Amino acid sequence: MTTSRFDPQTPRRHRLGRVWSALFLGAILIAILALGALLYDIIDGAFGLVAIENRVDPASLAIEGVPLEDLSKEQLTAILAQHISAGLLRRLEHDQPFEERDRASVYALVMERVVEPKIVKTWSLTASLTQRAAIEAEVAEKYPQAQLEFRAWINPTFIQMPQSSKPEIAGVRTAILGSLWTIALTLIVAFPVGVGAAIYLEEYASDTALNRVIQTNINNLAGVPSIIYGMLGLAIFVRGLEPFTSGTLLGVADPTTANGRTVLSAGLTLALLILPLIIINAQEAIKAVPASLREASYGLGATRWQTIWYHVLPNALPGILTGTILAISRAIGETAPLVVVGASAFVALDPSGPFSKFTTLPIQIYQWTTRPQDQYRNLAAAASLMLLVLLLSLNAAAILLRNRYSKK
Amino acid sequence: MATTKATSFRALRGLATDTATSLRKRPRPGETAIQSFLFVCGAISIFTTVGIIYVLGHESMLFFASPEVSLVEFFTSARWQPAILEFGILPLFNATLMTSGIALLVALPLGLSAAIYLSEYATPRVRGVLKPILEVLAGIPTVVYGYFALSFMTPLLRSIFGFNTVEIYNTASAGLVMGILILPLVTSMSEDALNAVPDSLREAAYALGATRLETAVKVVAPAALSGITAAFIIAASRAVGETMIVAVAAGAGPNFTFNPFQAAETMTGHIVRISGGDLSYDSIDYNSIFAIGLMLFFMTLALNLISARVVRRFREVYE
Repeated sequence: MTTSRFDPQTPRRHRLGRVWSALFLGAILIAILALGALLYDIIDGAFGLVAIENRVDPASLAIEGVPLEDLSKEQLTAILAQHISAGLLRRLEHDQPFEERDRASVYALVMERVVEPKIVKTWSLTASLTQRAAIEAEVAEKYPQAQLEFRAWINPTFIQMPQSSKPEIAGVRTAILGSLWTIALTLIVAFPVGVGAAIYLEEYASDTALNRVIQTNINNLAGVPSIIYGMLGLAIFVRGLEPFTSGTLLGVADPTTANGRTVLSAGLTLALLILPLIIINAQEAIKAVPASLREASYGLGATRWQTIWYHVLPNALPGILTGTILAISRAIGETAPLVVVGASAFVALDPSGPFSKFTTLPIQIYQWTTRPQDQYRNLAAAASLMLLVLLLSLNAAAILLRNRYSKK
Repeated sequence: MATTKATSFRALRGLATDTATSLRKRPRPGETAIQSFLFVCGAISIFTTVGIIYVLGHESMLFFASPEVSLVEFFTSARWQPAILEFGILPLFNATLMTSGIALLVALPLGLSAAIYLSEYATPRVRGVLKPILEVLAGIPTVVYGYFALSFMTPLLRSIFGFNTVEIYNTASAGLVMGILILPLVTSMSEDALNAVPDSLREAAYALGATRLETAVKVVAPAALSGITAAFIIAASRAVGETMIVAVAAGAGPNFTFNPFQAAETMTGHIVRISGGDLSYDSIDYNSIFAIGLMLFFMTLALNLISARVVRRFREVYE
């Protein structure tokens, strides 16, 4: 009774408070739900039933009871020579001599040219689990030749196989190698330059107009859309510095490319893209090193660089590394700038150096996603799953690193 | 006597100069070289900016200088068809506004609510669980979001609104998924702003009998308004520049429409599609994407600068 006399509004206000607190929590739950839907969607596409028709039954290619997948490279080459035309064989030999090919690539050729498995229809994981009977009936009716089997689109062959125009045997090997080459170059360029710039800004730069411009500029660059960096890379690295980025200047150009659309151009473009992130993170890490450490070092007569090298950097290193890992995981997932810089639509041979044509994992996902056929959607899902696992492990590493050293 | 005095004085002066010489800053070529190298590292960022402006500006000038293009047409025509030399940016610009607008409609209310919950309601333990989940959401590559938009959001929209209403490629699906993408950004920036509000303000509000909601909405949020506004503007800038989701899910072909269920190509989507094909240098197609890029650059730069200004100008400083 007293409550109502003093403040008749109180129960209403509390009720309102409870409703809104539920709404606030609801916003987070929606975000979590979205994450769940995304993961579900990818897993749903990466596994499921497929109906396969083979042109040649692989069991008939077995030699003396040894199944096809366990045959040696020589036996596989022989099978290949037996089943395909001489002209095609010569062309394959011309692309890369059989002596230089490894067993996996010959096996890929046998699968691609001889067995020719063809996936005629695919189903999502949910449909495969809940409507198995209906799917079996449909296959029996529409594709009497086909076998129904459960396929994990993400499997060891998927990782080992190069890209192929046939979704059944297409893999992400060239894309993964392309990503690794690109990221390695990005890191080689961006890490020293980024940390160097951070040291300059934190330890050397006095408060002059020029240094303020540099600092403001770095903050602004961090907000420039990534596609703009792609256009910068296209005009400067691919086109302007073509003799250098294609390798002709050094006389090591890859004969199949001989233009600037190479791993090197991609790596340099991504380096510029993540440079502001590395600088800003490294600056934070250097700022966090206590001034007393520097003063003690100066007090003992150390020079400025000795102080930085022996005292500031070792203390800031965990922070710098955490920031770098996060920047690298951003670079690994970048797609738009690489499309603009000219990632090749189709690369079946492994990149052999900085001057090779390139494709990367996200580019591969993009290309597969935009194809209309269902099989490519499944491939895109499998590749997305790989990319997510890779990025999550990198981020986890960064968080562990941060927690481990922040306890000190 | 006089001579001895003069000698000792000279000796004293000699000693002083010796000490000064030994204490004077010695030239250290190594240190200077290192410092110069570090300065060059810092200056590379300037070169990057100059490079961006030069490249975009130069190619755009070539584009606008060509006889087929007029500035007036570029900004007013509602048709972008390079094949018949029609270059009006409105359809691309409009699609960018549509996708970004939808994304912001999703991300701003949800992001701010999530931030208020994390900063004002959640216990440290709950926050420790929820926050990393949002960080995971922020770390997913945009191309994967594109796949998600096309293979999940679009079918969902089509099953809700009808297969005839919603096209396979549409700006609604791309916008909604983009909203999820920028939600963590809005949340983390707004949360930082809310956390920066000193506890004394909250305690004062509680002492006056305010409920937790009233404290959060009427005291803390207004005090953090500059940071929250900055977060909103940065989110808008991010949405305008976002590429892969719209390239995959919004459609491949400029289309001047206000219907979110129709396909329409955005500025970024167009750049990606044109440059992903066989592009010959110095063609009008090649130059045209730089003109679009220049507009995009100015739009995002303006948003970023406004955001920085809002923070500087309207920040409430509590000491």
